[in-house]
Amino acid sequence: MGWAANKMGRGSASSYPSGRNFTMERALSSRDHAMLEGECGPAAQMAMRILERMRPIMGAQSFLDISGAHIDSALYQGEATLAYAEHLADLGARVRVPTTLNVSGVDEHGWQAWAVPPDWAAGARRQMVAYRSMGCKPTWTCAPYQESQRPAFGEQVAWGESSAVVFANSVLGARTARYPDLLDICAAITGRVPAAGLHLRRRRAGQVLFTLRHVPVALQQADSFFGVLGHLIGKAVGNRIPVIQGLEVAPSEDQLKAFGAASASSGAVALFHMVGVTPEAETLAAATQRRPAEATIDVTMEALRATRCELSSAAIGPLDMVVLGSPHFSFEEFRKLAALVSGRKRHPGTQLLVTASRVVKALAARAGFLSSLEAFGGKVTVDTCILTTPMLQPSVKTLMTNSAKYAYYAPGLLGTAIVYGSLEDCIRSAERGGVDRDDSLWQP
Amino acid sequence: MAAVIEGHPVVAGEAAGMSLVSSEPLSFWGGYDQNTGTIIDRRHPLSGRVASGKVLAIGGTRGSSTTTAVLLEAVRRGTAPVALLTIGTDVFLALAAIVADELYRRSLPVVALSDPDFARLSSGQLLKVATSGRIIIVDP
Repeated sequence: MGWAANKMGRGSASSYPSGRNFTMERALSSRDHAMLEGECGPAAQMAMRILERMRPIMGAQSFLDISGAHIDSALYQGEATLAYAEHLADLGARVRVPTTLNVSGVDEHGWQAWAVPPDWAAGARRQMVAYRSMGCKPTWTCAPYQESQRPAFGEQVAWGESSAVVFANSVLGARTARYPDLLDICAAITGRVPAAGLHLRRRRAGQVLFTLRHVPVALQQADSFFGVLGHLIGKAVGNRIPVIQGLEVAPSEDQLKAFGAASASSGAVALFHMVGVTPEAETLAAATQRRPAEATIDVTMEALRATRCELSSAAIGPLDMVVLGSPHFSFEEFRKLAALVSGRKRHPGTQLLVTASRVVKALAARAGFLSSLEAFGGKVTVDTCILTTPMLQPSVKTLMTNSAKYAYYAPGLLGTAIVYGSLEDCIRSAERGGVDRDDSLWQP
Repeated sequence: MAAVIEGHPVVAGEAAGMSLVSSEPLSFWGGYDQNTGTIIDRRHPLSGRVASGKVLAIGGTRGSSTTTAVLLEAVRRGTAPVALLTIGTDVFLALAAIVADELYRRSLPVVALSDPDFARLSSGQLLKVATSGRIIIVDP
């Protein structure tokens, strides 16, 4: 049913039609007003108008300055996202703050090796060109913190990409709301964001307390534990702020990345506190800002086992492809993978794909990590991932991954079955041509 | 006999359609097929239902920041719901509706409801959404 059949859906004019007639004049700086009046050009005017319409919806009285941005809007989703990008570019949009770009809809120079339709590649490339023309850095990664300069503790930024937002807030202690596509670029063009939500210290207090109960240290040390824990917690908290206590290990950055991405997939987690681990959670009292928790939840082995099962839609059988790198693979992950695949070879029926950024791939190549991966029969795709570009052949029906984010989204977005396992499980399965998981760490 | 719910117009507009209701939050990216308007998140209670042309009432959004882009593309293609009702204010849905207005001059009303008001909705009701945020359940 189209819009033509839906005339009743075409409603009245919007409630904030222009830059005039604001009831809260003092909420805006003189430069905000200048942008709204078009004195900084038509692109800044449109961006500021969208921000000003969003300000009351986001619960803000005023705007504040940002010193950086990370843009998810460059991800091609069809004609609408391209039209929006090219409209802003045609209006002469330029970003006012240092701005990095999230994954795009296509591996710009490598898409021909995959099943990407040429018209999709052309549209996605045009959208990449539009955002580059605005002065954004062509980083094309969902994990900009692995290569670009990181925001400092307390720094105000506007980031898109749910897994990057949760990392910036939780692990770095920078301050960003969960900027959706289309809005992140408005913030970058104006250098302004509504002063609301996680930009404000008082809104960063932990709300739901999770306590690990009798979770063996050997499991806590495993990479695959963090994806499962993140999935469990995201599902339980929605968009509230979880506090996790009872960890007896010091998680690595890659483990925190995996945890955050999982919690931002099953839920809308934009900030978590791990007591004794993350920078705003030196103590439980610091993490909650001395407020009582809204809820207290025990994390048991039983719940963890059930969550791990939920992350897999198929448990046995032949395996078409192992996919790694959501969020994008880090240098350390390439190091680990190179050692793991060394001297081994994948089964002819099972592909191995790693998704990463151009910069990290280049660093891994320089370090010699890619030669054993290539000898194993693995491939690396940059700029994008299997969820954001239609690259997989229709014959690929069963996937295996160590990423809870891939495991969460693949069935809906790709229509594939997927199995969640450790990196070791994934490589062993790729070698054997079928799913082979070691469950020993998860046994009662 | 009609029943009335007073909602908060997050993005004001008028619409009417059959309701599709679940308090479970939904990620449009990976959860909404912009080609057909079908809900495709297999973990969602409305999985497999077509929301195109309907008044879609969900708890809110979750997950990906690409939800807004998917909804905007659905508006362009005519596969979007005619109105969106949520429990409390959902920033992502509001943004998609605002950009749809900016870019295409198309109205997609977004109305925030309280928990108890949302609980009065069920799938298959004929709903009318007014600019004021008032929702009329034509045949409750």
